Amino acid sequence: MTIETVNAPTRPRIDVAAALRDAAITTLLAFGLFLPLIGFQTVVNIRNELELNTRWPLLLSLVAAVGIARLAYSFLFAPWLEHLKQRPVSATQSPVLGLLAQWFTPFAIGFAIFYPIIVITLGGYGGALKWVDNFGIQILIYVMLGWGLNIVVGLAGLLDLGYVAFYAVGAYAYALLSKEFGFSFWILLPLAGVMSSFWGIMLGFPVLRLRGDYLAIVTLAFGEIIRIVLINWVDLTNGYAGISGIPRPTFFGIPFNANEDGFAATFGLEFSPIYRTIFLYYLILALAFLTAFVTVRLRRLPVGRAWEALREDEIACRALGINTTNTKLTAFGMGAMFAGFAGSFFAARQGFISPESFTFLESATILAIVVLGGMGCQIGVAIAAIVMMGGTEIMRELEFLKHIFGPSFDPTQYRMLLFGFAMVLIMVVRPRGLISSRTPSVFLKERKAIPHDLVKEGHG
Amino acid sequence: MGIAGDILLRVEHLTMRFGGLVAVDDLSFDARQGEITALIGPNGAGKTTVFNCITGFYKPSEGRIGLCHGDAAIWSELDALTEGGNRGIKQGSNGLYLLERMPDYLVTQQARVARTFQNIRLFPGMTVLENLLVAQHNSLMLASGYTLLGIFGFPSYRRAEKASIDLARDWLNRVGLIHRADDPAGDLPYGDQRRLEIARAMCTDPVLLCLDEPAAGLNPRESAQLNELLLSIGNDHGISILLIEHDMSVVMEISDHVIVLDYGVKISDGAPEEVRNDPKVIAAYLGVPDDEVEKVEAEVGL
Ligand SMILES: Nc1ncnc2c1ncn2[C@@H]1O[C@H](COP(=O)(O)OP(=O)(O)O)[C@@H](O)[C@H]1O
Ligand SMILES: [Mg+2]
Repeated sequence: MTIETVNAPTRPRIDVAAALRDAAITTLLAFGLFLPLIGFQTVVNIRNELELNTRWPLLLSLVAAVGIARLAYSFLFAPWLEHLKQRPVSATQSPVLGLLAQWFTPFAIGFAIFYPIIVITLGGYGGALKWVDNFGIQILIYVMLGWGLNIVVGLAGLLDLGYVAFYAVGAYAYALLSKEFGFSFWILLPLAGVMSSFWGIMLGFPVLRLRGDYLAIVTLAFGEIIRIVLINWVDLTNGYAGISGIPRPTFFGIPFNANEDGFAATFGLEFSPIYRTIFLYYLILALAFLTAFVTVRLRRLPVGRAWEALREDEIACRALGINTTNTKLTAFGMGAMFAGFAGSFFAARQGFISPESFTFLESATILAIVVLGGMGCQIGVAIAAIVMMGGTEIMRELEFLKHIFGPSFDPTQYRMLLFGFAMVLIMVVRPRGLISSRTPSVFLKERKAIPHDLVKEGHG
Repeated sequence: MGIAGDILLRVEHLTMRFGGLVAVDDLSFDARQGEITALIGPNGAGKTTVFNCITGFYKPSEGRIGLCHGDAAIWSELDALTEGGNRGIKQGSNGLYLLERMPDYLVTQQARVARTFQNIRLFPGMTVLENLLVAQHNSLMLASGYTLLGIFGFPSYRRAEKASIDLARDWLNRVGLIHRADDPAGDLPYGDQRRLEIARAMCTDPVLLCLDEPAAGLNPRESAQLNELLLSIGNDHGISILLIEHDMSVVMEISDHVIVLDYGVKISDGAPEEVRNDPKVIAAYLGVPDDEVEKVEAEVGL
């Protein structure tokens, strides 16, 4: 490509008449749709009669908002999108971005390691608890789950909609075995991983000859089956009521409590719940790093290359003598194992689990993190997890919105709506996720990022 | 490796039906050690289907496909092997395999038959080098102790990986793609992709290389380069080639033995010279009945 074409992206012209007509049609549609939904409201009055109320101001303001939004789209957003499309790929890889990419990972790792210290310095012990727990630990669990699912979806290209099932197996394995037999966290952590991995492979055997949509549907069903078994097998799992009083992890045998032999007393500190939280933070951080490390290692081994080759072209893999069934099973088992680790950590952290924590919504959230982050890319997945989970947590903080929208307004209820918006926005702007280029696993002279349009997404 | 001229692949009464359509009808032929055997015929004659049966992608409706490693004396075991339920036998360095009993990946892994596809099937999002490393999956998997040794970076695995990169580098030099080693395979021009696919198949360490229309879409210069490459694969490595080809100049120039298919039936089998002058073949290619061949030949100046 020559320089001239790079520097002269023609400004797209806006057809005003078409935009106005478009906005008018949209407004009309919105009016037709909102009239029955929002324009009328039925209310039961004191005499138990049904009354029909009208809400004209609300209806009109919403319809107007839709019309204006559509106009704004035609005049501002659409030209910008066009502009983005015209910009050649090379222009996006400026030296600044390259430098940023080079330093981002070490900086992010350093930040994650010092995060508790930073928030304690800024907010004191009391204030830091929330930040380490709700933001730190919560986000890291999803980072780890995202990285685990990334092996299955991003590397091997197998669409798994029931990933939360393995998370549940890990959590229940930890909860039941620790309550029943009193095994310690450190014994149960690998055990939970092995059990989840086992279930991953059990599921894999019948399912992996299916491809694409069929695989997605069956994994979705598997996720639901596990949840329903957890609900109905009351003798074992205590059903909806869940399992409480799960033993909490100890600091290599020293419990985090206010007793004589507790952590604080042993180390001559004043008792505070923050120690346990900080310990849990570093625990999940270590587990997440383990996931990332193993994935990075595996990508450079034959098994990891076979996963990616499978995503690229399954038939070619078979022609090269690769047993695709085994390869898929290892991906499934490996992904499930990390979900199992995360699950047992989750049970140990909460001290209480119930089937409610393992709904399809969780699977969807984790999958959304992987897709938004850019399939196959660890940094992208981590950023997506931080944005999505951190966003949810921040919504809880937006108390002041109550003053605007009234006391019954709960911002967290709009979480899914905002997820949806974020999803649509990202898929429009960056259809292959935040970071979509692929880094080769090996090179002869120079490691060059592979643009996303060459990388396949896999078909099952 | 067997002696040149011994039978390497024996296809007997191969029939493949798709519902009512008989794509391959009672086809028998032999391919010999160290030779280039060409399978030609008009579009839809069933050539690709024969390949798919040999490489295990299709299970033949009927027929037997035997492949021999090493000494041809092991062919005497063929009937005993067919009676028994096994996929193959190994006697020291010699082996005999019934390909119709093997799933596709075992045909490559154990019977060491490699193939390319009519529509190129590379891993477009992986680099050229990675493509060649994926082809060495089975040997590397073994060297990595099924991942366990590899994940801890054992030196034995590192050595194996280095050797596999060296092999890949050799092949890249031979097909003239070494300067593109770190580029995504999907970025290569068409002719380069064809050569890369052949190099990738060679990296699986085959005894028989099956190429489905490797010259399709190549310009004359690339086509000539391809001829050279195929001849050198045969001469330097003693590897036998089974070749589907439309381009008659390629077939006549490099093949030792030609089999002609038409509507799934073998209509001619022999040296290129014989086949070229076979009226049946000419008729099939020109699409005229046998008795009009001479007239047409005169018209086109054969
Ligand atoms: N999987 C299949 N299912 C049904 N028909 C097939 C299949 N594969 C090939 N055929 C049919 O078999 C015949 C031979 O096809 P093919 O082997 O591709 O021919 P060639 O490679 O010689 O051009 C064609 O009529 C084709 O439609
Ligand atoms: Mg064909």
